Amino acid sequence: MPIVNMNVNGNPVTGEVEGRTLLVQFLRENLGLTGTHIGCDTSQCGSCVVHVDGKSVKSCTLLAVMADGSEVTTIEGLANGAELHPMQQAFMDNHGLQCGFCTPGMVMSALDIVNRNGNELDENTVRKELAGNICRCTGYHNIVKSVTAGAKAMGD
Amino acid sequence: MAENGIGVSVRRKEDNRFLIGKGRYTDDINVAGQTYAAFVRSPHAHATINGIDKSAAEASVGVIAVFTGDDLAADGIGPLICGVTVPSDDGEPHRAPAHPALAQGKVNYVGDHVAVVIAETQAQAREGAEKVGVDYTALPAVTDTGSAADDGQPQIHDVAPNNMCYNWPFGDKDAVEAAFASAHKVSTLDLVNNRMVTNPMEPRAALAEYNAGTEEITLHLTTQNPHVHRLVMSAFNQLAPEHKLRIVSPDVGGGFGAKIFVYAEELVVGWSCRKVNRPVKWTGDRTEAFLADAHGRDHVATAEMALDENGKFLAMRVMTKANLGAYLSTFATMVPSYLYAFLFAGQYTTPLIYSEVKTVFTNTAPVDASRGAGRPEATYLLERLVDVAAADMGLEPAEIRRRNFIPKDAFPYQTPVVQCYDSGDYETALDKALALADYDGFAARAEEAKSRGLRRGIGLSSYVEACGIAPSAAVGQLGAGVGLWESAQVRFNPTGNVQVFTGTHSHGQGHETTFAQLVTEQLGVPIENIEVIHGDTAKTQFGMGTYGSRSLAVGGVAIAKACEKLIAKGKKIAAHALEAAEGDIEFADGNFTIAGTDKAMNIAEVAFNAYVPHSYPEGLEPGFDENAFFDPMNFSFPAGTHICEVEVDPETGVVEIVKYSAVDDFGKLINPMIVEGQVHGGIVHGIGQALLEVCRYDSEGQLITATYMDYAMPRADNVPSFDVDYAPTDPPHNPLGVKGCGEAGAIGAPPAVINAITNALGVKHIDMPATPENVWRAAQGAA
Repeated sequence: MPIVNMNVNGNPVTGEVEGRTLLVQFLRENLGLTGTHIGCDTSQCGSCVVHVDGKSVKSCTLLAVMADGSEVTTIEGLANGAELHPMQQAFMDNHGLQCGFCTPGMVMSALDIVNRNGNELDENTVRKELAGNICRCTGYHNIVKSVTAGAKAMGD
Repeated sequence: MAENGIGVSVRRKEDNRFLIGKGRYTDDINVAGQTYAAFVRSPHAHATINGIDKSAAEASVGVIAVFTGDDLAADGIGPLICGVTVPSDDGEPHRAPAHPALAQGKVNYVGDHVAVVIAETQAQAREGAEKVGVDYTALPAVTDTGSAADDGQPQIHDVAPNNMCYNWPFGDKDAVEAAFASAHKVSTLDLVNNRMVTNPMEPRAALAEYNAGTEEITLHLTTQNPHVHRLVMSAFNQLAPEHKLRIVSPDVGGGFGAKIFVYAEELVVGWSCRKVNRPVKWTGDRTEAFLADAHGRDHVATAEMALDENGKFLAMRVMTKANLGAYLSTFATMVPSYLYAFLFAGQYTTPLIYSEVKTVFTNTAPVDASRGAGRPEATYLLERLVDVAAADMGLEPAEIRRRNFIPKDAFPYQTPVVQCYDSGDYETALDKALALADYDGFAARAEEAKSRGLRRGIGLSSYVEACGIAPSAAVGQLGAGVGLWESAQVRFNPTGNVQVFTGTHSHGQGHETTFAQLVTEQLGVPIENIEVIHGDTAKTQFGMGTYGSRSLAVGGVAIAKACEKLIAKGKKIAAHALEAAEGDIEFADGNFTIAGTDKAMNIAEVAFNAYVPHSYPEGLEPGFDENAFFDPMNFSFPAGTHICEVEVDPETGVVEIVKYSAVDDFGKLINPMIVEGQVHGGIVHGIGQALLEVCRYDSEGQLITATYMDYAMPRADNVPSFDVDYAPTDPPHNPLGVKGCGEAGAIGAPPAVINAITNALGVKHIDMPATPENVWRAAQGAA
């Protein structure tokens, strides 16, 4: 079986995987990083979004071997010790989560939105950019508020 | 008010773990030696099974065992049950076909469970499942709700002639007919309540462990009601005695009803861990969720309203056909009956109501409760009919509602359909909603939209719902097999912090915060020293779980009652320590005080004394730990008015919701931030039904909306932000003064959206979902 090496949340990791192993499976099962979730089987829901080499990807759509040699960031890699990342803090402050299942994907997508669109985001941009992440709980209202507030806080 | 007590928008205690990726959902849990289950599912909607060849699967790499319905039957496991009896008009109870967890010679829907393969890895289990050879003879299928009971349709179950489950008439038919005969006007509406797939974002999962030494099964499940699962699996499915079965429901990624029910996969996994004597894990994928989660809604109905010359409702008549799918799910029978027809009075004084509900079996997935459960169907029908009646009478939609509202001084109000409403002020909610929506400014906005080639419409929905499920005696009379009280235990530890055990279950609702707020308010313990624990039958004494917006209205009261017992006991302990009479001790803000003095003892000190009772009241039990049960005296009746404003592009049929205003009566709010979040989520669930979502089977019974590419979930760019306000009343039956808020949006929203679209287009009706195609066709017809 192939061996993959990558840097996940700043830590070098290595593992033996099947050729068909998805990145999300590698993260969850080999590394025990269960914050990244699987909500569908057609790359639609966005629960599994992580960053690979600084860009958001749906980790159910990438083979683990395709991420060989990459820098991967998951939801577990955002906080600084006990201090939440400003985007995580914004989700808490604005009640941007309920059951928490879509939340890691939402936060990772939100960070990518900020990376590409800057810190001053309007509602319309956030809504359009979040169309690849499905939430059944919140009705999106507070997620949009969270992303907008988190983006601003990241610029402060 | 305590610092983080009732009425404060406290940040949620549960959020930190979810935000750092440390939530613990069932699929996140792994145990040593675990195996994996994969299910062989029927590819046919309706077929007999001539034989099952397990040999190739058994020889497949990594496969440990292959089990079929015969293996389950040999161990006496199952069948699955439906827990509520509804009488049919022939005097018999509803028809209840056998529902084996693994098929017995016949399959009845695509996704039906045929066999299970247990293997060393998930991939090997799935490969093994592919190799199970099933010899089917396909039979013709029936899927259509409206025609399933017609003569000549394929018959699914021998015990259910014409595919009928029950025909349930309710009300005074003759009196209603007489009222219709003499009415000034009769308004009529045919409508469909579109079938939905509930779709919590976490797929269902199960992890079962058997300890041969203790003969105990521990089953981690994605359930909204772990004790109900334990009770049903023990008492009816023979999985294990109740005291040898532990259900753990850890973090659960949404439920919305779909995770109430006892499912085949859960029972089979629970049983198979003992058969293979190793832990067994099953995690459903999204396609399996579409195929085999219980679906929601799926009604075809005709509704009629008789009116007098002033637009007063004289009588209402409703004929409904409701699809229950291939088998009866756990609570399927009560959803289109008691949870539906008992809501037909709505907010109105309609004195006479008659309805008939015919429920049918079809070759589709079982249908059961889904966010709102019966009440969205009733509200959609009624609030659409009221708009049709308004048009027929030449009355403004707000005006016809106002003329028929139950007046605020008429509560408690006995409706003609069983329910006695607790409290309400419908006109105030309407007025606030009209102001919030700037209803008076609509005409100018519509005119402006016209200049852009768009048609603007506005729609109202004045809903009432029955939740806080439920008074046990009332549901017992109706044929329910359980009591629907709730229990709680509030335990001080010797060091003064508090553990609150609740039989409800939080899968997004924020109970860990809301319930802690109740306790900090009542006991004065800082909120950071309070932990709410739920979801484990080995920890919480008992419970009935979370559905029907019951957790606060029923479970919250049980917590409050346990706190009252602690205060009563604490007075005895404090009186002894402070050398005062018990009657002189007052309790406030966490301190027991001798009245009129500054001599006081904090509740944490009292707790310490209770566990270290060196100097202690004679005869008093040590310990500071109380439990309580609460059985509500009535349902809870949240109500409100939602107003939706849309712009429709007649060229494309695209509907944009440009403004949405909601004014609800939920009684007292414990955490307004959380309540508002529940409202938002419910509204979008309702908008999803109105604009986007529909579950479709083709005529052969193949599910053609089995992925998120075919089934349109509402996404962030499909919906707006919302204006939310409240018009609270004080429900006299509820000791906390609270009502339920979790389903209101899903109940109120669909008719508000459709009423706005019909208003924009100037048409009588458009069925849900109002997709661009449907709207475009309606616009062309109306042009």
